[in-house]
Amino acid sequence: MATVELRFSAQPEHVRTARLVAAAVARRAGVDEAVLDEVRLAVGEACSRAVGLHRSHGIPSPVKVALTEEEKTFSIEVGDDVPGSGASAAGAPEARPGVDPHDADVDGEDEMGLAVISGLVDDVKVVSGADGGVIRMSWPIAPAVPLS
Amino acid sequence: MDLSLSTRNVSGPGGDRTVVEVGGEIDVYTAPKLREQLVELVNDGSYHLVVDMEGVDFLDSTGLGVLVGGLKRVRAHEGSLRLVCNQERILKIFRITGLTKVFPIHTTVDEAVAATD
Repeated sequence: MATVELRFSAQPEHVRTARLVAAAVARRAGVDEAVLDEVRLAVGEACSRAVGLHRSHGIPSPVKVALTEEEKTFSIEVGDDVPGSGASAAGAPEARPGVDPHDADVDGEDEMGLAVISGLVDDVKVVSGADGGVIRMSWPIAPAVPLS
Repeated sequence: MDLSLSTRNVSGPGGDRTVVEVGGEIDVYTAPKLREQLVELVNDGSYHLVVDMEGVDFLDSTGLGVLVGGLKRVRAHEGSLRLVCNQERILKIFRITGLTKVFPIHTTVDEAVAATD
């Protein structure tokens, strides 16, 4: 069971909240301070992507974030409800309704988000299914230092 | 923390430069404000921009997309877009996306304004 679960309406203003919660839970779980910036950025990218997918497909359901503390790792799963939303679906802007593929700023943003995630996180998996997609990322937890 | 933006004009050896000082967080929510600012500057004829990112606490790929969009716009007018950034955590994002090869990145605003190459 996840340590903390978060659901938020697919609106850009909530992505910051997801970043703050993820960083706070990761810190508590024992993820190294030096890595927290990466956690914050990676979860932000995954949530931004999910928000974009929900909005461009007109899906009203919330984006889901599960933050799980395991024995040696801390994992984050960001789930969307867009069928077949894996890397290939996101990488085809011409297939997304309402998005002009020739817009200089929109073109390629999804790929850049995934590129940032894969550049930052060693352990990342992008799964897409008929019910939606999940980006799963995990980080090692530093061994607990006993209080003296 | 929200995004803050301010602009000022500075004369350099290569001509006038517009310095855009950005502070706070550039993400999927705030990036449209930066995009509007850059579009407005280019529409008003400012084609040589220096984006000072020293006050930026957070930058994601949406922000990168806006900067790339800004670069495309100024280049269409034979202009330039230079960045000022010394923060390792921000520079890292430019490195992992290969954008350090796309943007000239300077350590000070003075250096960016003085650059003419």
